[in-house]
Amino acid sequence: MAKIKNLAELRKMREDQQKQLNLREKSNDPEKYVQIKVGMATSGIASGAKRIMDFLIVELDKRSIDAVVTQTGDMGYCYAEPTIEVTRPGEEPVVFGYVDTKRADEIIEKYIKNGELVEGIIPVNYESID
Amino acid sequence: MAQQLKMQLLVCGGTGCRASESEALEMELARELKAHGLENEAKVIKTGCFGFCEKGPIVKVHPDNTFYTQVMPADAREIVEEHVLKGRKVERLLYTDPENKEHIPDSRHMGFYRKQIRIALRNCGFINPENIDEYLARDGYDAMGKCLTEMTPDAVIDIMKKSGLRGRGGGGFPTGLKWEITRKSVSDQKYVVCNADEGDPGAFMDRSILEGDPHAVLEAMAICGYAIGASKGLIYIRAEYPLAIKRLKIAIDQAMEYGLLGKRIFDTDFDFEIELRYGAGAFVCGEETALIASMEGGRGEPTFKPPFPAVDGYLGKPTCVNNVETFANIPIIINKGADWFSSIGTERSKGTKVFALAGKINNVGLIEVPMGTTLREVIFEIGGGIKDGKEFKAVQTGGPSGGCLTQKHLDTPIEYDTLIAAGSMMGSGGMIVMDEDDCMVSMAKFYLEFTVEESCGKCSPCRIGNKRLHEMLQTVTEGTATMDTLESMKNLCNVIKDTSLCGLGQTAPNPVLSTLNNFWDEYVEHVVDHKCRAGACKSLMRYVIIPDNCVGCTACARNCPVNCISGERKQVHEIDQSTCIKCGTCMEKCKFNAIEIV
Repeated sequence: MAKIKNLAELRKMREDQQKQLNLREKSNDPEKYVQIKVGMATSGIASGAKRIMDFLIVELDKRSIDAVVTQTGDMGYCYAEPTIEVTRPGEEPVVFGYVDTKRADEIIEKYIKNGELVEGIIPVNYESID
Repeated sequence: MAQQLKMQLLVCGGTGCRASESEALEMELARELKAHGLENEAKVIKTGCFGFCEKGPIVKVHPDNTFYTQVMPADAREIVEEHVLKGRKVERLLYTDPENKEHIPDSRHMGFYRKQIRIALRNCGFINPENIDEYLARDGYDAMGKCLTEMTPDAVIDIMKKSGLRGRGGGGFPTGLKWEITRKSVSDQKYVVCNADEGDPGAFMDRSILEGDPHAVLEAMAICGYAIGASKGLIYIRAEYPLAIKRLKIAIDQAMEYGLLGKRIFDTDFDFEIELRYGAGAFVCGEETALIASMEGGRGEPTFKPPFPAVDGYLGKPTCVNNVETFANIPIIINKGADWFSSIGTERSKGTKVFALAGKINNVGLIEVPMGTTLREVIFEIGGGIKDGKEFKAVQTGGPSGGCLTQKHLDTPIEYDTLIAAGSMMGSGGMIVMDEDDCMVSMAKFYLEFTVEESCGKCSPCRIGNKRLHEMLQTVTEGTATMDTLESMKNLCNVIKDTSLCGLGQTAPNPVLSTLNNFWDEYVEHVVDHKCRAGACKSLMRYVIIPDNCVGCTACARNCPVNCISGERKQVHEIDQSTCIKCGTCMEKCKFNAIEIV
């Protein structure tokens, strides 16, 4: 390991390391970030939810969007799997169904970035109690 | 691909949780992740103390902030299969709210954490203490860099003074002022000493900081070195803190490797090296002059002040001694500024204080609250109240040097000065809660016993005075004292306070004085009525048989270990008080409630 010679080098290193801690930092105030829950029950996994989750994590990171991606149990829309629930900071959650990588891409670009609704929205017909 | 981890499982690696198998749990979790092919998606990370030691071992799962309590190695599989794989939280391991019995999945909603502000503990339970990179990610060594390259030593001292930070070891001396005095002492060599000789019974604040965030202390010591003009730092730590020592050593090696300690740090002329010095666990060595004597290889005995260590300390050179928690506050003060720090807390006590909650309280653990928080908030909101729904009686703050505070002090804000005014002190942060079953005379005796044992014996008031005081307390608990004894005790306490050489002796009578003041009735009861209402003083208790209830079954007599119960079958029995050892076996064995304590 080369020695750190100055503050600029230290800060450069810090940036690299911060990615590792991002997951933990964000989980302390998830409301500040875009929160995405991926339905990962048996039906979700069977229709490729795992791939979608990986895709979201990688793509959000690439596009420098601060988001908290977690997995959740069955959301009840087995017919529309994979389903994801997206909550923009300070807004009500929106559930999207039939999410493939193409639609996931669209959700990131349109809904997450600009709040534009895209196809595949499932009306939320329940309330979650935290 | 490490940055695309989906989940991180934080396992507490503090001494408390390790004692309940958190190491095995950590290995089990890693093994299960691997067995399920998830090692690239989720990672197990060992951290420092989360503070909620009562319910350890703790596992925290990010990013959903799930807080699992009392997790056993056998639970690893379920956590991995249910939570990591399927995203379903393991309900039975979640923290249960003691009031409404509901599971609380997210630690942000727990009463224990709600009122806390974690500054000194900011990284404990968040980063892996054995990995400098995680410390760097949390702005680590940035404060040191700023000081070295952008600030003059005087500017650093100025920030410390403006922040209002006072020593967290107990005395509360302003840190900036201490630095300034040491800076002004002229010498070819100066020293920075970190006092990690945490000796109060039941206190583990410093240990947890060193175990959970060792780099913060190292960084702060280097900042101090720069400010006062010292190139050497020494950490005086007790040898019975093996885990803290291990992590400090790892941290020092990593910092040296990165060039954050050593020669010409950040390409400046500033050199700073840190070494460890081990103490043998003597309480008096927490006193700075005794600590220095011990580091020099002499007996751990205090010397008269002045000269203060800031002028004539380690090896006769100017030495700045600060406590672990004090140091832990420093990097963040430099980063966030004096105004930020002084906006937290009260007029005369700035910032936060870490306390180790122990005794008859529901949430035993480590907490950090802003100065000015009341004892009621700490004990009843964060601490979750008294165990088994019993009545609160007193809380001892400041360990054996402090005093006990009662019901009437519950709304006292916690500050250096208000605690002293109430007859106790801040001390290093031990807080032992007592309930109705605790006898205050015995409690005072317990603490005094500790100081008598730990007295170094150098000055007579402490060596002889405390011993005599202890003997007088003994007579009170045995029922042979008179009211005159109580008066002499009061006098003796004041003499010891006024004439002892160091802080140990000067504060040793505090538990006695404060119980005499706050629980005078209880003392009088012991002396006049020969009664201990808590039932703790065995000499004052008598087990007697209630003739009306006794059926003569002989169960008590057969089980008495000293054969002091006599009586024929089907006749009322009798206990011979002169041979009874008050073990209580008879009462336990009697099925007819025929034995009572009077």
